[in-house]
Formats: sequence, structure tokens, C-alpha cells
Amino acid sequence: MASITEQPIQKTNRFSESRLGRFVFSQEAILLVITIAAIALLATQNERFLTMRNVSRELVLIFEVALIALPMTLIIIAGGIDLSVGSTFGLSAIVLGFLWQDSGWSLEMAIVASLFTGLLCGFINGIVIVRLGVPPLIMTLATLALFRGFALGISEARSARGFPEWFTDGIGRGDFLGLPIQMWLLLVAIALTWLVLARTTFGRSLYAIGSNEVAARFAGLPVNRNKLLIYMYSGFMAALASVIFVSRVTTTRADMGSGHELDVIAAVVLGGTSIFGGVGTIFGTILGLVLIQVLKNGLLLAGIKGDATIIMIGVILILAILVNNFIQARFRSV
Amino acid sequence: MTASNPPIEAKRVPMRLSGWITQETVLAFTIVFLSLAVGLINPNFISERNISDILYNSSYIAVAALGMSLVIVSGNIDISVGSLIGLLATIGGRLAIGQAEGGYPEIVAFIVPIVIGVASGAVTGFFVAYLRVPAIVVSLGMLSILKGGLILWTGGEWIYNLPRWFQFAQERPLGLPAPLFFMVILTILMALWMRYSATGRAIYAVGGNKEAARLSGLSEKRIIMTVFMINGFMVGIAALLFAGQFNAIQSTVPPGVELLIITAAVVGGVSILGGTGTVVGATLGAILIHIIPSAMIFANVSSYWRGAVQGLLILLTVLVDLYRRRRQSYSGRG
Repeated sequence: MASITEQPIQKTNRFSESRLGRFVFSQEAILLVITIAAIALLATQNERFLTMRNVSRELVLIFEVALIALPMTLIIIAGGIDLSVGSTFGLSAIVLGFLWQDSGWSLEMAIVASLFTGLLCGFINGIVIVRLGVPPLIMTLATLALFRGFALGISEARSARGFPEWFTDGIGRGDFLGLPIQMWLLLVAIALTWLVLARTTFGRSLYAIGSNEVAARFAGLPVNRNKLLIYMYSGFMAALASVIFVSRVTTTRADMGSGHELDVIAAVVLGGTSIFGGVGTIFGTILGLVLIQVLKNGLLLAGIKGDATIIMIGVILILAILVNNFIQARFRSV
Repeated sequence: MTASNPPIEAKRVPMRLSGWITQETVLAFTIVFLSLAVGLINPNFISERNISDILYNSSYIAVAALGMSLVIVSGNIDISVGSLIGLLATIGGRLAIGQAEGGYPEIVAFIVPIVIGVASGAVTGFFVAYLRVPAIVVSLGMLSILKGGLILWTGGEWIYNLPRWFQFAQERPLGLPAPLFFMVILTILMALWMRYSATGRAIYAVGGNKEAARLSGLSEKRIIMTVFMINGFMVGIAALLFAGQFNAIQSTVPPGVELLIITAAVVGGVSILGGTGTVVGATLGAILIHIIPSAMIFANVSSYWRGAVQGLLILLTVLVDLYRRRRQSYSGRG
């Protein structure tokens, strides 16, 4: 897809070639500086900002987007995109509510079915993208409409309520060792995804696919299988996020999760993952998520209306990429 | 992307007929067939009133899809158009209400939104063309900025008591809804311009192969700037058509409009990979995605399943287009 340009490789700067140098000039480093600066500034402005209570509450709020951002990072690294995550989120919630309330399933089985729904959604995306060669942007745009349509159709605008206590207070608002359940889940998910991306051949293959799919194919990598797997992972995580979300808000609605796709992609791209594929880290995505939430929360505590923070996020998104472009051009090769 | 295709087989297909089977004719056929089929079930569907309602509703989406198809043909994307429509409609509405007091000519309420639309397009285009930030990132940032700015400015309150002259979209010259004229005339103008002007051809060239376009002496940067500014112009007109539809404007962003517009262009055969597609297709696409919900109401299908059917149809259109393209490229026509 990307045009091949031959650029003369000039080693202008030895430091920039070293391991440390590469980190110093990476998008993650820039982001880290901005994030720390923002946290420091907001902490001095408001003593409530860095309290455990505030932090853990914010974490619960960011949980769904964060969980979906993990597979999205893998997908974008592999040169794809998944716009249907918000709709998968909604459909999974509706399946859960419908099976439990209208079809008399036990809640445990309904949860399993809901997770399976997400997996299936991801499978549908992946198989069509891989087998029929439909561009991911178009395929997931179509399933964005399709899955949301199914959610609306199944629910007929009704909502499920009255979930048992072990589900709502136990999971959605539950604590484990003094921290919200969401935090533990998120930590496990981050660790696993990081491990897979950074420490396995599967992870390396995603970078290869994203930077040059033809070459990856010729190198004998299982391109189709791996692409299918990451879309299924994405569907599954959207469903998992949805189940936890339902347990927190204790109701299901067909419009749940709409717009999540843009929040997730914003965080991933802000975190330095190239939208053209081949570049990106889980650490960057986490930073992107943290920065967005820090700004939202910090500005809110500072008494600035929530809408101004949306503007801020837009500006920072563009600026971060701009600064990164500049630094890459200035200090890295050429 | 051709890499994922199976190797080219020298399968000869008789080409006389298939020259006529373009995405546009497939769409036109689908629209006619669908109308007749539903018309047989319920003759009211093809009543003059309903047909003109459908065209009325699809006009502003179609006008915006014209601009979007240019952006996509040039190999970019703009997901901020929904927010821009919301903002420009509000600006137009406020100017229209203040006209009597402010004493400026009525035309100001039309000119200013269009000028701001073009300016916003120029900003996006500048970042994409000159600062090399990917279009999806810039427009994602613009989406946040415009949306946040709009809510911050208006607080989402409604604008009532719009003067009659501002609601020109509700006029019916020659017994036809006014937006229809805008849709038809702009589509014809854009189609001719894209086909016969040097800039129009250059847009295809840039979208098809940026490097080749640059090497053949086209100023890729200026063309991308132009494309985004035209898109801003079209969005400005679409916003005025949208604003004039009703007797009040809610000064928020109409949800999901950007996806509707992109969908119209894509269903119309504009390839998301750039380089191919026509504006006529985009207009037909906009009409098709508005016919479906209406057809379902008249065919007595539960309105809850509207979205699902719409999604399925989008998917089907994309798949048919893909299949057609494959056949054509196998038989040696590019």
C-alpha cells in the first residue's frame, strides 16, 4: 500500500542509533514527558487529584476503552483497523440481557454466550478480511452498522434490569485486595497482551505483516491465521469489556458503546502506533489512555467544563503526531 | 493490497457486457428493483410523495458524500464531517436569527458557514499535505476539536424561530424539493469536473499512486489541499440543507453522520484504497441507504431490524463490487 521510496541512509547521529537514543526520540518518550508534566501540574493545582480514591475511580471509568485498546493496538500494528468494536460491545450487552431475562438462561451461561458473541463478531470480521480481501476499514464499517443493527433488532429498545448481587456488587463495583476488580483484570490483560506482542514470534509477525504484508507472506509467516486471530481477540475483548460494563451500570441498552471505536483509536494512535502499520507498543497505548483520562479528569477537577477537554484531546492528538514527525525527521535517519 | 489475491488466472470473460456493469449501474439497478419490489407489496411506496421524501432526506448526505468521495479517491479520509455539519448548521442558524437585529444582508447566513467549512478543510488539508500527519489522525483530532467547541459554545441548546428565508430546503420549486436540485446539479458538475478537468484527473492520479503522480510533475500537496477545501465547501452546503430541513436546529453534532457519509461514498464504489470511484456512485449510494429504511417501513418489517438490514446491504454491495473488480482484473482490464 505504501509507496516504496529509497532514502539514503545517513548515520548523522550515533546516539540516536543506540537503544537509549531510540527510546529518547520515540513517541512514547514524548508522551511520557507530557503525561508526567500534566500529572504534576494537575497534582499541584488540586490535592484531590492524586488521591487513591480519585485514581481508582478514574481507572474504572477508563476500563472499557482500555481493554478494547489492547487488541486494537495489535490490529493497527498489523496494518488493519477495527471500527466495529463499539457495536460488538453493544451487541454483546444485548445478548447477555436478552438470554438472561427473556430466554431464561442462567446468568453464567448468558455471560459465556455473550463472550462467544464477541468472538463470533471478530471471527466474521477477520474471515471476510482475510479470505475475501475486503479492506478492514470497509469491512468493519459495514459490521459497525450490522452489529448495532442486530443489537437494536434483538432488544427492540427494551432494556434488561435487576441483575443478581454477585454480578453487580461482586464484579462491577467489587473490590479485591482494596482495588477495583477492573484494575486487576486490566493489569492481567495488559501483561498478557504485552507478553504476546513483545516476546513471541506471533507478536513479531504482526510487525512484519504491518510493515510489509507481501514480504511477510513470502517469508512464510501465517499471515491469514494471525490476522484472523487478532480480529477475534478484538471481538472477545469488546465482549468482555461489555459484560463488565453491564455489571457496573446494572442494565443493558442497545446503544451501549457507540463511539467507543473513536476513543479507542485516538488512544492507540496518540500512543505512537502508526496508523499505517508496523510500528507501535502496548506501553505507548497505555500512556495514550492515561494521558487522555488525566486530562479529562484533571481539567474537570480544575473546574473546566468537560467539553473543553474534548478540544484539548483533539489538539494533543494532532500535536503529538506532529512533534513526533518532526523529531523523526530531524534526528533519525535523514 | 493485491498481494492477498490469488495468482492471476488467464480466464477470459466476454467483455462486451461487463463494460456496462459498473458499480453505478449495479446501484441504479438495485434502487429501481428495490423500489418496484416494495412498490408491488405496498403501492404507496412509489407514490410521488414518498419518493420525493426519500430524495429530500438523502440530499444533504449525498452532497457531503460528493466531497467525501473526492477525499477518499485522493487516498485520504475525513471523519470530522459530522461535527463540521453540526457546527456549520449552528453558525448558519444563529446568523439567520440575528439577521433582523444585526442588520447584515441575509446572504451572510449562507456565506459564512460555507467559508468556515472551506477554511476548516484548508486546515485539515494543510496538516495532511504539508505536515504529513495521516488524514485519519488529523480528522479524528478535528472531530474532537469541532465537537467540543460546538458544545462549549452553545451548551447544546436548540435554535428556534428560524426565519422563513433560511428554510429554503423546504421550498418546492417546480413541485420538487429544493435540496434535490442541489444534489443533482452539484453531482453533475462534480462528475464533469472529475472526468474532464486536469485537477480532477490529478486527484485520481494522486490517489492511485502518489509517487508516480509526483514524478510526473503533479503537485501532490496542492491537490490534497484542494480536495479537502472542496470537501469543506460541500460540507458547508450540506450543513445549510440540513439546517433548513426543520423548524429548529439542535446545536449538537448529529450522531453517526460521518459514518453515513463515508458509507454512501463507499457503497457508491469509491475505493477506500484511493484512485477509483465516481461522484455519481456516491450520490446513488446516499439514495440507496435512505431507500432501505423507508422500504422496510412500507414492507411492514419491524423498524427495529432496520439497522441490521442496512448493514447487511452495505456488506453485500461491497462484496458484489469486489467480485466484479476481481473478474475484471483477471481478464486483463485494470
